[in-house]
Amino acid sequence: MLMVGLAAGMPLLGSCAKPAIDSKVLTVWTVGREGEAILTLLPDFERAHPDIHVKVQQLPLTAAHQKLLTAFAGGSTPDMTQLGNTWLPEMVALDALEPLQARVDHSTVVRQDDYFASIWSTNMIDGTLYGVPWYVDTRLLFYRRDLLKAAGFDAPPHDWAQWRQMLAALSDPQRHGWGILLPTNEYEQLMSLALQQPDPLLRDGGRYGNFESAGFKRALAFYVDTFRLHQAPGITNVEAGNPWSEFGRGVYAFYLSGPWNIGEFRKRLPAAQQGDWSTAPLPGPDDSRTGIGSAGGSSLVIFRASTHKDAAWTLIEYLSQPTVQRRFYDLLGDMPPRRSSWEGGALRDDPKARAFREQLEKARPTPAVPEWERIATEMQLVAARAIAGELTIDQAAAEIDHRVDRILEKRRWVLDHPRPAAEHAR
Amino acid sequence: MNAQRAAWLFLTPALLVLGVFFLLPVIAALVLSLTDYDLYALADIRNLRFVALQNYWALLQRPLFWSALGHTVYFVAVGVPLSMGASLGAALLLNSPLARCKPFFRTALFAPVVTTVVATAVIWRYLFNTKYGWMNYALDGLGIHPVDWLGDPHWAMPTIILFAVWKNFGYNMIIFLAGLQAIPIDLYEAARIDGASAWRQFRHITWPMLGPTMLMVGILTVSGYFQLFAEPYVMTEGGPLQSTTSVLYLMYDEGFKWWNLGSASAVAFLLFIIMFAVTVLMLKLSRHRQHVDGEPA
Repeated sequence: MLMVGLAAGMPLLGSCAKPAIDSKVLTVWTVGREGEAILTLLPDFERAHPDIHVKVQQLPLTAAHQKLLTAFAGGSTPDMTQLGNTWLPEMVALDALEPLQARVDHSTVVRQDDYFASIWSTNMIDGTLYGVPWYVDTRLLFYRRDLLKAAGFDAPPHDWAQWRQMLAALSDPQRHGWGILLPTNEYEQLMSLALQQPDPLLRDGGRYGNFESAGFKRALAFYVDTFRLHQAPGITNVEAGNPWSEFGRGVYAFYLSGPWNIGEFRKRLPAAQQGDWSTAPLPGPDDSRTGIGSAGGSSLVIFRASTHKDAAWTLIEYLSQPTVQRRFYDLLGDMPPRRSSWEGGALRDDPKARAFREQLEKARPTPAVPEWERIATEMQLVAARAIAGELTIDQAAAEIDHRVDRILEKRRWVLDHPRPAAEHAR
Repeated sequence: MNAQRAAWLFLTPALLVLGVFFLLPVIAALVLSLTDYDLYALADIRNLRFVALQNYWALLQRPLFWSALGHTVYFVAVGVPLSMGASLGAALLLNSPLARCKPFFRTALFAPVVTTVVATAVIWRYLFNTKYGWMNYALDGLGIHPVDWLGDPHWAMPTIILFAVWKNFGYNMIIFLAGLQAIPIDLYEAARIDGASAWRQFRHITWPMLGPTMLMVGILTVSGYFQLFAEPYVMTEGGPLQSTTSVLYLMYDEGFKWWNLGSASAVAFLLFIIMFAVTVLMLKLSRHRQHVDGEPA
């Protein structure tokens, strides 16, 4: 039925495009804050390419996922979109995206070896490239340098043992002081600790959960202990309200978060306090694994149904230029995925961005299955129950595996019943 | 043209609209609930499996469904009496001959109904903030320990109930007000001459005369409150520890967040069956009571 709908839609699309053949209208969707920034970058692009007119539609983060899937179901996808790299496997499972390797091979702008390897690999599904990284995100430590110094620590922690020691020294629940803020409804923190472990999070080609592995249990135990030892408050990000000013007032000495908070802290903390905080790579279970974190971020993708793929690729190339990426960083604080973009502009000498630059080389991708976001959400829900003391570490790990195996049931069935015709269509 | 055919002709437009926009989608949803329609099926329709009642069976075995149902029933059982009590109380006050500035209070009490949930939720989240909220500030003044209103699994639902009651009581208040104004004044005059106290006037005149209004408001409120979604969506996102996840919230998560439309449809039908049963029960009970009340006369 879908096919009929698409086929019926095609001639319509074609007839719409005809009168505008001289100036192509390229529809681009953005998710969240990036929509504002891209609007200031576009005039230069349109001056250089007068035949392409770009129409940007901004989706709010909360509605984007739903809107993308609905657009696919209704056959009304845009030409290209910004796509979070945990959503990319879903769109690939739908066969909605255009493979890009051939275009990258012929490009003088997009050069694979210039990109951080793990970020690039989140765009490869089963050996095919579907997206070009636009900005990157990894979670690491924001810390209060002055508080650490006052407690007798000259440098941020390198491994979990040091970290635990500092958390203990800096926590004082009696005076509403905590070592760290870890919102219990965000999965990124626990996931970052879990990615530092040698054990993969899923096994057998993404058919089953692997959360009962020794590595994951170690990460979960460290995470849950932080709450049990009263070094982090068991609150959600809704209750945390304004973590920036509380960080400034010393309620938390550490905050495990992402790059956008560099800008937030610069904006929200008074000038006199700007020297008091800094960033550090995520401490590892041991010294050799310091700075391993999650490789997140968003990519630019082209939809298979698009009729302006060349124009879309031109825009991707423009947005991938190091100079443009630097401007993008200045506008939003979104970190560029290319090493050469880091070699100039505000980023090069920014001491607060240095830890990110370091960690991006070591970041690790999350499992590339369409169900990943749901799996991570379930993982966090069970972890929150362990924090509340309802489950032990072993029980929690078993419960996560139990839930994940159920989520992956359909994936196992699809993988074990290959469709020769569908393969052929690709 | 005979009368019968003319009647059908007049009915056709309405039936057509009902059929296309109500009956057909409902049947489609019912069929959907018997399949495992999900992301993979959206990609390739051959990945669709007919699973008969397995969605329903799996739901009945999921602890989350039962806890969501429990939260919803909790919300309905506490929220509906509170909400109706508040509406009736406000209506009685407004209807009292002693009340002044009636139009102002009527508008003020109705205002929460017409403001958007999202806007009011922002204010409420601040009011109930653990550290900076006025609520805890007031409690502190009374010497009571601060309560983690939205973060404590035990307190989140009461907070949501309070929010929903405040948000919705104005609507029923208007209906009650109309009901109160429809009661003939001479009944009260006769009662006063007989020396009936204010309470007895309420018990023996206002209460029975409001019976039909009460039933209608009751059914509307119960069916409205069973569909709890917006309040937890904007206040707590179903948390903490999923303690404010309602049945409809579960359906939203299944259907629109994870795109498991088969299982989401099953949730919708289960909720429909439950609401239907509760409404029938309420009607039966009220009819039963009417018979009992009516017999001595």
